[in-house]
Amino acid sequence: MKQAKFRNMTLGDKIFTLIIYTMLSLILVVILYPLIYIVSASFSDPQAVISGEVLLFPVRPTLKGYIAVLQNKKILTGFTNSLFYLVVGTIINLVMTMLCAYPLSRREFTARGWISKFFVFTMYFSGGMVPAYILVNRLHMINTRWVMLIPMAMSTYNMIICRTYIVNTIPDELYEASQIDGCTPFKYMMRVVVPLSKPILAVLTLYYGVGRWNDYYTAMMYLNDDRLMPITMVMREILIMGKVDMTKVQDATAAAKLQGMSELLKYSTIVVACVPVMLLYPLIQKHLVKGVMVGSVKG
Amino acid sequence: MAKKTKHASAAGGGRIKNYNWQFWLIIALPMIYAFIFAYIPMGGIIIAFKDYSIRKGILGSDWVGFKYFIQFLTSKSSVLVIKNTLALGIYTMIVSFPIPILLAIGINEVRNKFFKKTVQMVTYAPYFISIVVLVGMMMQMMDLRTGIINVLLQKIGMDPVNFFGDVKLFRSLYVWSGIWQTAGYSSIIYVAALSGVSQELQEAAVVDGATRLQRIMHVDIPSILPTVIIMLIFSCSNVVSIGMDKIYLMQNTINAPVSEVISTFVYKVGIVNANFGFSTAAGLFQSVVSFLMLVIVNTICRKISDTSLW
Repeated sequence: MKQAKFRNMTLGDKIFTLIIYTMLSLILVVILYPLIYIVSASFSDPQAVISGEVLLFPVRPTLKGYIAVLQNKKILTGFTNSLFYLVVGTIINLVMTMLCAYPLSRREFTARGWISKFFVFTMYFSGGMVPAYILVNRLHMINTRWVMLIPMAMSTYNMIICRTYIVNTIPDELYEASQIDGCTPFKYMMRVVVPLSKPILAVLTLYYGVGRWNDYYTAMMYLNDDRLMPITMVMREILIMGKVDMTKVQDATAAAKLQGMSELLKYSTIVVACVPVMLLYPLIQKHLVKGVMVGSVKG
Repeated sequence: MAKKTKHASAAGGGRIKNYNWQFWLIIALPMIYAFIFAYIPMGGIIIAFKDYSIRKGILGSDWVGFKYFIQFLTSKSSVLVIKNTLALGIYTMIVSFPIPILLAIGINEVRNKFFKKTVQMVTYAPYFISIVVLVGMMMQMMDLRTGIINVLLQKIGMDPVNFFGDVKLFRSLYVWSGIWQTAGYSSIIYVAALSGVSQELQEAAVVDGATRLQRIMHVDIPSILPTVIIMLIFSCSNVVSIGMDKIYLMQNTINAPVSEVISTFVYKVGIVNANFGFSTAAGLFQSVVSFLMLVIVNTICRKISDTSLW
């Protein structure tokens, strides 16, 4: 629509426009300030952090916090574990989602009606925490890497997004043409559906990847071995339960210095833990709206 | 239905080979997965009606009927838990349902492309931050002595606030930090719906001399009403189903009287204290109530507005 230029608006519309811009600017500040503050604090001098000198920009910039992160074995192990769960877990998610979404998108598959219902029902109803725990226990998955990968191998919601996308964007004629050329459904999936579904696979990579990286619930339920813990559990220990492994900074003399370092370590850990997600985010942000839209179409 | 019959006749033609078995092979793995990890735990619900003992197994344990449900609905501590869940759920819904709509309307009114893109990019971002980081950030920034928020409060001459040590503040902390994290992301669906509002209607409203506010009230909002109703149905059913992820991290001994909700209660009673039957009953109560809410709200919406989930 051709929107009137600001100076041609009526007084009421001018005031209204100003109010909207002011409100949105305020929202920007409220969202950005904590994020900027955390990053600034992580680069600041420990004393400046605990005495409240850091307001917006780093004060007496140092890398001490990050050096402490690098020296902290637990954080490093957590980070590598999380990377492993992220990469392997997301690949499992994508493969399973495609294996499920593709047959359900084909009209030729005669059983697709009731198989769809079989999957959709799991979205509305679940056995709950305790039966799931007993099952994982019976499968001898407790305290193994498998438990971080297998029980969440697919999200039905994401599978439906994927199926809707395939149904709506890949023309049926392609399937018929490929059949006449002697292509089997499996080959068709590998050669046509997967390459043509790249945009939705990008969105699902973001959804699944963020879920994997941010998951602490599974680890809390099923893991208790330090060597298997993801970064989120290490952070929970450091940030929320307030336990910082101080053995590496024993030489620091003053207690205040210790406290400053521990605060700094917390800020640096937060930043380090957010890096992978924040690297992914700009790449896939433009696909986000598409993903939400596909998901909201009833299929 | 028309599609199905058409297809049946095409398959009957026999020119195209029937590959059903290949589809079965492809979907076999996801089906086995769903059967093991979704349907077997559903069968495990019978624990709620049994005096479960590990030695006897699920099937061998003795039936106790509705004992655990009665216990859950009558004991003083669990009634408090139900009340907390409802209070927090209703608070969350009242705040987190309208705000994304307002945000989307605001974003839709912005004509400056760069500003619009910036607002969208920034408001969506917190959604991708881990819940552990979010709660950790809150604890760091709201610390009584070193937290930046209290530093700023003191700078403008106010008393510092002990955010995590005050029972009364717990619910607001929980709800508003959720708004900070998810309002932008939740607004995406409304932004998309608003971009589909009929241009002719908008222009007709301009010709009729409608102000921007009037256009929002009489053109935009009625146009996105179906989306709004669908989201309302979902958020109503979420009133009782507060997940434990975030609230468990925010819990401490001071806020326990208001922060214990069904999900954290199930975790503590069931997993930590291994009282399987009782906690399964509590969890089942929660999912049944939430499912019923979904059905009831959906029926009401269908009666009065023709928009519903099914």
